[in-house]
Amino acid sequence: MIPAAFEYHRPDSIDDAIKIISEHGDEARVIAGGHSLIPMMKLRMADLSHLVDLQQIAELKGIIIEGQSVTIGAMTTQHELIADEGLAKVAPIMTEAALQIADPQVRYMGTIGGNVANGDPGNDMPGLMQLLDANYTLAGPNGTRTVKARDFYEAAYFTAREEEEILTSITFNSPVGGYAYEKQKRKIGDYATAAAGVLITKDGGTCSHASVALTNLADTPIYCEEAVSILTGSDLGAEAIEAATIAAVNASDPGEDNRGPIEFKKHAAKIVIRRALERAIERA
Amino acid sequence: MNEMTPPKEERSEALKGLGCSRKRVEDARFTQGKGNYIDDIKLPGMLFGDFVRSPYPHAYVKSINADKALEVPGVLAVITAKDLEPLNLHWMPTLAGDKQMVLADGKVLFQGQEVAFVVATDRYAAADGVELVEVEYEELPPLVDPFKAEIEGAPILREDIAEEKEGAHGPRRHPNHIFTWEAGDKDATESVLDSADVVAEEMVYYHRTHPCPLETCGSVASMDKVNGKLTLYGTFQAPHAVRTVASLISGIAEHNIRVISPDIGGGFGNKVGVYPGYVCSIVASIVTGKPVKWIEDRIENLTATAFARDYWMKGKISATKEGKITGLWCHTTADHGAFDACADPTKFPAGFMNICTGSYDIPTAYLAVDGIYTNKAPGGVAYRCSFRVTEAAYFIERMIEVLAIKLGMDAAELRRINFIKKEQFPYQSALGWEYDSGDYHTAWDKALDAVNYKALRKEQAERLEDFKAGKTRKLMGIGLTHFTEIVGAGPVKNCDILGLGMFDSCEIRIHPTGSAIARLGTISQGQGHATTFAQILASEIGISADDITLEEGDTDTAPYGLGTYGSRSTPVAGAATAMAGRKIRAKAQMIAAYLLEVHDGDVEWDIDRFVVKGAPERFKTMKEIAFAAYNQAIPGIEPGLEAVSYYDPPNMTYPFGAYICVMDIDVDTGTTEIRQFYALDDCGTRINPMIIEGQVHGGLTEALAIAMGQEIAYDEMGNVKTGSLMDFFIPTMWETPNYQTDHTTTPSPHHPIGAKGVGESPNVGGVPAFSNAVHDAFRAFGLTQSHMPHDHWRIWQTANKLGLHD
Repeated sequence: MIPAAFEYHRPDSIDDAIKIISEHGDEARVIAGGHSLIPMMKLRMADLSHLVDLQQIAELKGIIIEGQSVTIGAMTTQHELIADEGLAKVAPIMTEAALQIADPQVRYMGTIGGNVANGDPGNDMPGLMQLLDANYTLAGPNGTRTVKARDFYEAAYFTAREEEEILTSITFNSPVGGYAYEKQKRKIGDYATAAAGVLITKDGGTCSHASVALTNLADTPIYCEEAVSILTGSDLGAEAIEAATIAAVNASDPGEDNRGPIEFKKHAAKIVIRRALERAIERA
Repeated sequence: MNEMTPPKEERSEALKGLGCSRKRVEDARFTQGKGNYIDDIKLPGMLFGDFVRSPYPHAYVKSINADKALEVPGVLAVITAKDLEPLNLHWMPTLAGDKQMVLADGKVLFQGQEVAFVVATDRYAAADGVELVEVEYEELPPLVDPFKAEIEGAPILREDIAEEKEGAHGPRRHPNHIFTWEAGDKDATESVLDSADVVAEEMVYYHRTHPCPLETCGSVASMDKVNGKLTLYGTFQAPHAVRTVASLISGIAEHNIRVISPDIGGGFGNKVGVYPGYVCSIVASIVTGKPVKWIEDRIENLTATAFARDYWMKGKISATKEGKITGLWCHTTADHGAFDACADPTKFPAGFMNICTGSYDIPTAYLAVDGIYTNKAPGGVAYRCSFRVTEAAYFIERMIEVLAIKLGMDAAELRRINFIKKEQFPYQSALGWEYDSGDYHTAWDKALDAVNYKALRKEQAERLEDFKAGKTRKLMGIGLTHFTEIVGAGPVKNCDILGLGMFDSCEIRIHPTGSAIARLGTISQGQGHATTFAQILASEIGISADDITLEEGDTDTAPYGLGTYGSRSTPVAGAATAMAGRKIRAKAQMIAAYLLEVHDGDVEWDIDRFVVKGAPERFKTMKEIAFAAYNQAIPGIEPGLEAVSYYDPPNMTYPFGAYICVMDIDVDTGTTEIRQFYALDDCGTRINPMIIEGQVHGGLTEALAIAMGQEIAYDEMGNVKTGSLMDFFIPTMWETPNYQTDHTTTPSPHHPIGAKGVGESPNVGGVPAFSNAVHDAFRAFGLTQSHMPHDHWRIWQTANKLGLHD
């Protein structure tokens, strides 16, 4: 559990960071909280010569709330998300989900940017970003661009981010109505056996807007389009919940691992989806 | 005349002796980060060793090329089996009478096996060197399932002994068969089973797991070529045994070897065995003339150093219609991995598995254990239990439940009518043990009352109705256990390890000012010996525990002993401590009599002093006696006040307990919630109730882990699936329930202070209590047996198979 030698860089601006990674190409990797990368380096599964630490870059930190728009710097830690009272007001689901990530020690180091950019299907924030229809800002040698979270994930650890780009911030509109993030895990600190996020907005007795997303139930996070279309315009009654649940389960594609076989995971998915739906509807 | 004598209670309390919840003296350094663990040992010029390990569970090693590794700056040597062979150290004896490769000798037999040892000036260079050692393997088919070990065409693992028909424990019927060990009367048991009213039969599997101590295993060897002395620091639960074995293997005279166990961060059996890392650090130090450190990382610890359990226990239990048990039969298939490296007393290749008649008066019983080689890591250590006692307790406590189902009886009542009665002690068990003492009915009734057992059963019945009516998806389980342990190995006539008798020892020196130092042959790994053994002495010699220093772990200073595991410290070394204290007191009595100018028989012991009989105002305190012992010429008595005792116990001790677990189970997610856990322990005389409670909490949490999720799992190709703490379950505070502890006190009749040992009880009794709760929740739906660990998916699978998801 000792990594190979590498050169350590600690730039203090995004531009400098991009310069370093442009110079070294695939021999360089940026590091945020390090909870995914460092173990991989220690296991010598991540092979890199240049480690670019982003923690000195002030412009990557902080939460900005302007009207409906929420922008979170990539280097904002999970702990900072939980502690932010403004965020808890405009997007309480962020607080609810962040509290279910790992444990306090990990959350002091782990960042939202690292969580979403790494493309690890076990991470919770990518699923949440599907739910919120967030946009990711990517900075590269040719300037910045925006990618929808729903277009970002291609396969496990493969994303739309180019090698020389850094994910700098996340933007989403604050959700209205009911919300829930349900996660089943084996123990504190574990990835989800199955997790589901739900947003529900009601207009009278009808669902005017819905969003459903899943974590660790496929090799990418899943936005459940069919479940959303079932819910939208429905009365959110038992029948709609059942149909949406089934649709969301059908959108999942879990693999077998130590958390259990596929059949179990699909069943667990069904339970967490239904519970998330019921809780979100109750809160709507 | 002396000072005014304070009242007895006050003097007694001042000693902080037996029964005092004295705070642990060790904790000042541990809580301040000032412990001195193996990785804290830093010697001038120290080198580091790191292993190249096999990625394959079964393969020939065709070649090892170290050229590139040796080019890494700082890498000094790459040691392979070829280098060890001239020293005859490429293999080493195991504690179980087998031998084990130190470094791969032509083949590898488990994933993670040690192949080469890279020695470098720092651990980074060593790790870089490990990466660059090129090993060419030729893969062989792995043997993972012990039940397939003897089928035709099964891969032969141990080609080195394939032709040997006789092993360390009798005949071998197949190259993959290690031994068959039997106890009890086979014919009589089979005849009882054949004619019984009721027979229940089950396969009870206690899965492979790992002690996973907080600190991993490691050593620092330092060979001083000038004076020829080897100093070996290491995470050793038995430092003296390591010294003797190291001397026998290496040929270095025993007086030239000094073994030191510094602070040890948990052992739980993992640190009893002898590991290739220890041998390699010694060899590397001899070769380089410099100190060499080796320490495992967590993955290495979980995958290569000793596992625990992995017993497939096929059982049959018979009873009359009324539920009186008439016979017990057990055939165990024991998966020992690639080498038989179990840490058991030599005559007991399956440990004390023959305690599997448990707390019950079972007139006829038979046990057979087959040890089998597989392509898995070696080990089979007693993970916080006396040798295989946890397996035995789990087996019998499951079989009782299975029998209760078959009889349609309440499992608490079935236990009650079969308990060995108080008046039957000492009790001779059908499988050969003499239980020293017990009062099971009192403990059982106290436990059932404490949890209001009847009300729990009523609530469970109501819950079941609600479940059937669709009002809830949660079932309720009540897990009962009454366990009996056998600890304190042990009588030298029965128990030795590699021929070393399992006595233990204590040496005491009283200083002239009336304080003392005591040294023992044991070694604390968190048990709190420095606290509790001082308490035993305080009560024996009338010196406050605060004035007694306790030392263990340095073989140059401590008296010879067999170390700490199997709850043997209090039963054996604790007894030696009391006996040594009594020798001190005997001499003190003569000195006191002389000082008081009376005959020896005219003084009597009074807490912390000797008093002239009938004249309580005439006395000498131990402080005064100590001073006189050194500084006053006393005719016929040598100066000084010292004693040593080597104690060979006449019998084991038999702690017992009654545990009850109440659990809610969500049948849809397989998640569980432990609502209540009641633990009554009877460990005889209680030395320090606070430490007992701490031990019980810790052991129950390990039991929770084992029962509910912790395992070393292999896939069918022989790859370890649970090699890190992401997958190997260690509970946090969050997963750990509240524990309610209680006790009864049935002193051991043969132990000098009546103590029996308690550190391992909660692991032994806890596992069946948790597991029985899971099973009990599903009893109404026809579940008789399922396999641990009861993690979410396995519980879900149980519910699914019972049709609870339809």
